Formats: sequence, structure tokens, C-alpha cells
Amino acid sequence: MTERLLPTPSQTIGPFYGHALPFPDGGQVASQGHPEAITLHGYVFDGAGEVIPDALLDFWQAAPDGSLEGAPGSLRRDPSTGGFLGRNGLDFTGFGRVATDADGRYALHTLPPGNAGLPYISVCVFARGLVHHLFTRAYLADGADPLLDSLPADRRATLIAAEGANRTYRFDIRLQGEGETVFLEFQ
Amino acid sequence: MALTQSDIDVEIKDLQDAYDKAVAGGAPVRHHPSRDYPPYRSSLLRHPKQPLVAVDGGDPETVELSGPVFGVTDITEHDSDLTIQHRGEPLGERMTVSGRLLDRDGRPVRGQLIEIWQANAAGRYAHLREQHPAPLDPNFTGVGRTLTDDQGRYRFTTIKPGPYPWGNHTNAWRPAHIHFSVFGTAFTQRLITQMYFPSDPLFRYDPILQSVTDRAARDRLIATYQHDLSRPEFSMGYEWDIVLDGPSATWIEEGR
Repeated sequence: MTERLLPTPSQTIGPFYGHALPFPDGGQVASQGHPEAITLHGYVFDGAGEVIPDALLDFWQAAPDGSLEGAPGSLRRDPSTGGFLGRNGLDFTGFGRVATDADGRYALHTLPPGNAGLPYISVCVFARGLVHHLFTRAYLADGADPLLDSLPADRRATLIAAEGANRTYRFDIRLQGEGETVFLEFQ
Repeated sequence: MALTQSDIDVEIKDLQDAYDKAVAGGAPVRHHPSRDYPPYRSSLLRHPKQPLVAVDGGDPETVELSGPVFGVTDITEHDSDLTIQHRGEPLGERMTVSGRLLDRDGRPVRGQLIEIWQANAAGRYAHLREQHPAPLDPNFTGVGRTLTDDQGRYRFTTIKPGPYPWGNHTNAWRPAHIHFSVFGTAFTQRLITQMYFPSDPLFRYDPILQSVTDRAARDRLIATYQHDLSRPEFSMGYEWDIVLDGPSATWIEEGR
């Protein structure tokens, strides 16, 4: 039995990550014009119902074929300029990163996840004022699911994205208060 | 009326005393900060009031037990040297910051992306929304990336950031720090944190650092000056290891 090390504590992302972590097309996980592409979008709200314009969301999901392997190349850099080269448009990396805009809104353009069970996209929320990130899930369908079934109806509803026109799914995130999103811890 | 540092000091002390008392009474040690930490004013409306919902991490189909992968094309060679990203030399104290990325069993976490960002030597971020009247450095943006090697080690060459005022309350100053964004082999190991420098007199005044109420956990955010890491006639050396949390089920013995 090896000695268990103690974890490094979390700290806030702060307000000034904008020149560092977001990258061009961070929300464009599907290649442009892919016929199967879907858009997951919504707003991030605080406990007063105000939008949060300085949140950062990381997304992780299964590929359409159910694979959880992912692929490198989400953040591809240009070795000659150090600039951003962009995804190659062919490999599905499974990873996206979007900062909320001035209206507190985000949009992720991706492919439908093919995980076993109900399809969902895993979301990690960072923001100024949040000293420890929050995990949640955007389910793209409702149905039998061990996590959803463990929740009362009103809380369950916060994890299910509302399907709209043109393969869009609306998923708002409320950090506090009425309609507070269910946040998860993994054991 | 704007809160003063002494108002905040009282709140910090009360929460520290309450935590110490709870632990002395048998409560578990808390390795991470409580999301509800009123002395950090921005947290008031941004922490959930409902308890987190536990997900059984033993289910192998749980998507979060796998994680994004990054490769050599995600970084460039000069991403890890923040002092050569512009035409001239940045101002300030040049540093080498290095350490290992480990899981809780002490095993190296290999090939994972570490991103850093920081203020310049004058305490100013290269960020338009920052209003601190300290000079920008045209030769320093303060952004770096690297992948951990086969021993889980990372290394950055950079400039020591300065402290800066941040408006949480009257006369609020942040200790010098470098932000770290880290991935493990599972999405559940995702971590964003901050590395601090030894013996900074601002530690006790900073509600963000003090939000980690466990003293030993707080100390784990502070790098060690490591003379062997200093490079002769070039840079000062700081060592800082990062240990990722996460369910034990995340580790794959034959993994990356």
C-alpha cells in the first residue's frame, strides 16, 4: 500500500484568465458543416439571477460511436508562430472550452455523444468567485438514468437540456437560488 | 460603506477558528476551500446552496472517468518559456518553476496539459479589463503551456509576478501567485489552482488563499525555493508539486 498523498487545493480562476485559457474555436468541437452537428447553448446565472460574463466552461463527452478515448489536437498550436492552428476538422477530440460572453451566454458546437445510457455532455464550471469548480451534466434526452432517477422532479429538470429547432439544445446553468443546477461530486 | 481590511480580517479569523474547532472536535480535514467563503465577496452569489449530488465513480461507463488527451501538437516549444515569447527581454526576476504532477498514490501523471497565467513583475495582467495602474510589459504576456514528461514533471521559465490590488475591499492586495490549470487522466481530476511564493507577507490578508482553511492544505499551495533548480547567472529556482484529487477508480495501471 503506497502512501496516499494529500491533494493540492483548488483556487479560483479569477477574472483575468481571458488572455490565457480560451482559444479560438474552443466551442467548435464538430467540424464546420457536419450534418450531424448539434449546438448546446445557454446562459450562466448567479444567485441574483444576473448573468455571469466571466465564467469558463470545459466540456467533455463521448464520441458519436461511444468512444471515450478522445484525441489530441483540441488546442493545436502553430510551431512557427506559436499561434493557434485550430483543430484539424477530422479527429473528434471530445473536448471543448468556451468562456461566457458579455451576455453570460455560451455555445458548444459538437456531435451527439454516443455513451451507453442516456446521452450527456459533462460540464465543468469555473468563474471568478468560485474557489472550487463545479461539475454538472447536460443530458440531451430524458429517461431512465441512475443519477436522474435519484433526484426529485424539480431538481432532475435542471440537468436536462431543452431541445429546440435546428438541432439545438438549451442548457442554462444557475449557480445558486431558484432552479439551482444540480452539481455533482464523484466518489 | 466599503469594507476595510480589518473587517475582512475578523471574518477570516472567525471562519478559521470555527474550522479549527470543528477539526479538533473530530470533523474531517477539508483539503479544498469551501465554495461559500464570505470574506471573498465575489463568492456570495456564486456558490450553490444545495449539497452536491454524489455520483458513483465505480461505474466504468461514467464519462468523467476518462478525460481529454493532449499531444505535442497542442503546444509549441516556446510555450513553456514565457521570457522568449516576444522580441525583447521581459523585466523582473527570472525564475524556473518546476515540479511533478502526481496522483494521490504518488504515481506520475504523464503527458498531461499544464497551463499557467500570471501578472507581470509590476503586478499587471495583459488583460484589457484590468485597471491596476501598473505598467504593461511589451515583452511579457504571462501565458504558458506544457505537457508533463514521463516522470510527470513540468518546467516553466518565467518572471516572478508582482502583488497587486484587486478591489475586494479597501486596500485589498493579492500575494504574488501563478495560476495553474491542470488535467489528469480523468475529467474528475480537473484542477485550477494558484501557486504562491514562500514568506509572502500578504498571505494572512488574502481571503482567496485563506479560503483554504486547513493550514497544511494551504501550505501545499506555496512553492519551495530550490537552489539546485536555480540556473547559474540566469534564474531562481522554485519547486512545486501538484497532487490531483479524484476517485481511485480513475487510475488505469497500464495507462499513460
